[in-house]
Amino acid sequence: MLVFLNHLINGVSLGSVYAIIALGYTMVYGIAKMLNFAHGDVIMVGAYVCFFAVSSYNLPPLVGVALAAAVCTALGILIERLAYKPLRQASSLAVLITAIGVSYLLQNGAQILWSSNIKMFPAFFSSQPIALFGGELKITIAAIVTVLACVVIMAALVWFTGRTKMGKAMRACSEDKAAAQLMGINVNATISMTFAIGSALAAIAGVLFCSAYPILTPTTGAMPGIKAFTAAVFGGIGSIPGALLGGVLLGMIEIFASAYISTQLSNAIVFAVLIVVLLVRPTGLLGKQVREKV
Amino acid sequence: MAMLEVENIHVYYGSIHAVKGVSFQVNEGEIVTLIGANGAGKSTVLNTVSGLLHPRTGSVRFMDQDLKGVAPHKVVERGLAQVPEGRRIFLQMTVEENLEMGAYTQPGSAVAPGMEDVYKRFPRLEERRRQVAGTLSGGEQQMLAMGRALMSRPKLLMLDEPSMGLAPLLVEQIFDIIRELHAAGTTILLVEQNAQAALSVADRAYVLETGRISLSGTGAELMASDQVRRAYLGG
Repeated sequence: MLVFLNHLINGVSLGSVYAIIALGYTMVYGIAKMLNFAHGDVIMVGAYVCFFAVSSYNLPPLVGVALAAAVCTALGILIERLAYKPLRQASSLAVLITAIGVSYLLQNGAQILWSSNIKMFPAFFSSQPIALFGGELKITIAAIVTVLACVVIMAALVWFTGRTKMGKAMRACSEDKAAAQLMGINVNATISMTFAIGSALAAIAGVLFCSAYPILTPTTGAMPGIKAFTAAVFGGIGSIPGALLGGVLLGMIEIFASAYISTQLSNAIVFAVLIVVLLVRPTGLLGKQVREKV
Repeated sequence: MAMLEVENIHVYYGSIHAVKGVSFQVNEGEIVTLIGANGAGKSTVLNTVSGLLHPRTGSVRFMDQDLKGVAPHKVVERGLAQVPEGRRIFLQMTVEENLEMGAYTQPGSAVAPGMEDVYKRFPRLEERRRQVAGTLSGGEQQMLAMGRALMSRPKLLMLDEPSMGLAPLLVEQIFDIIRELHAAGTTILLVEQNAQAALSVADRAYVLETGRISLSGTGAELMASDQVRRAYLGG
């Protein structure tokens, strides 16, 4: 039972990281109707920025995170302006291929800048876990911080999109861009804003991910990126609660699959579950189903 | 005084020449209508005025200023609001949120009084203000689309086929509201396929045929014109 609880905690913690990344995917998809496959690599850039801030410049970890978020925000806006904005009227296939291109550009850029040697991400949290039940149940500080961060980010986003003028404008744009423009909403600024938020979240997720799995290379972001994308689709792409649900479920499935079935097969099982969900519910678990009266 | 002056605009969708040299004007305090069949280019003209489309040649002037190169969201700030064809309300947002979006260009302090005005005109919307807009009936959705546009306190309100898809009784109601808005001092540019209803409220009217204006005059003149009767009023 306690072993199960241990796995559950690990699963929720990993899932929280996926959820934070998935939020970026889902928000960008919701508003720009594109899959930003470079999102995973923004995670990697965030992790590197934090790594250098803390390891090379001896800045406190929180400053490192803030710096990573700032750099990724700028990077996200830049990517959107240079790579995606010129393609606003282009076919979605062209945008998709561009996103994959940006992904490789970031990975290879990181390799040139920082080499492909493994960097060991510094431990920000005490490696001494909190032991309960006489040491049978171990909860790492990193896991607690990760889950808390996810809850806070989720609550902040729900508040932002539900209560603020800018957040509501974002929802309006995601429904109907032309109508939003007729309301006086600057759609381009709103799209930039969405990329900025998503990329800042990616930076935070990068630091949290590397705190749990401290091996940092230029391809570090690829796997969590693709998993989080899966999580976003799983939960229903375009839906913010869906990203949370999809992320946490995916993390749990991954951990349970590797604990009880097979470590080698865990990724295959994760993607198999996605396929089954999409066969049964093509819009994902919380996918938007507009109740519309004609 | 001409509030809106559209001069010889040509608009293309790719290589399709949709609007071929249309000129018209709307004076302050008037209701002007553009009537014409489906595909005549009516909506294209409105979307060009709003800045969603750009004329290849020709000009659009509003309140004596050229709108060339002005982004659509800036056009709204100048006092020009459009109720788009098919209503285009935000179906997943509540009635209240839709109205808030209509007031996007207004200072925060103007939202509550604006909403009060809209609710006074459309009491049904107040009853349903917490409801998601997608659950409204067609007539209510049209009211919401109009209320939303009014939230920006426009000097000129452009309505694109407000009667589309509505039952005759509701069409009458919508046109009553257009008359009321006009009486309250709003200048209106109305695009309609329902020529009968549109001409009955309009001070002046233009007939648009395959991208060109074929006829213009006062509402009464066009109502009496043989050409209009044959083509749009069923004899």
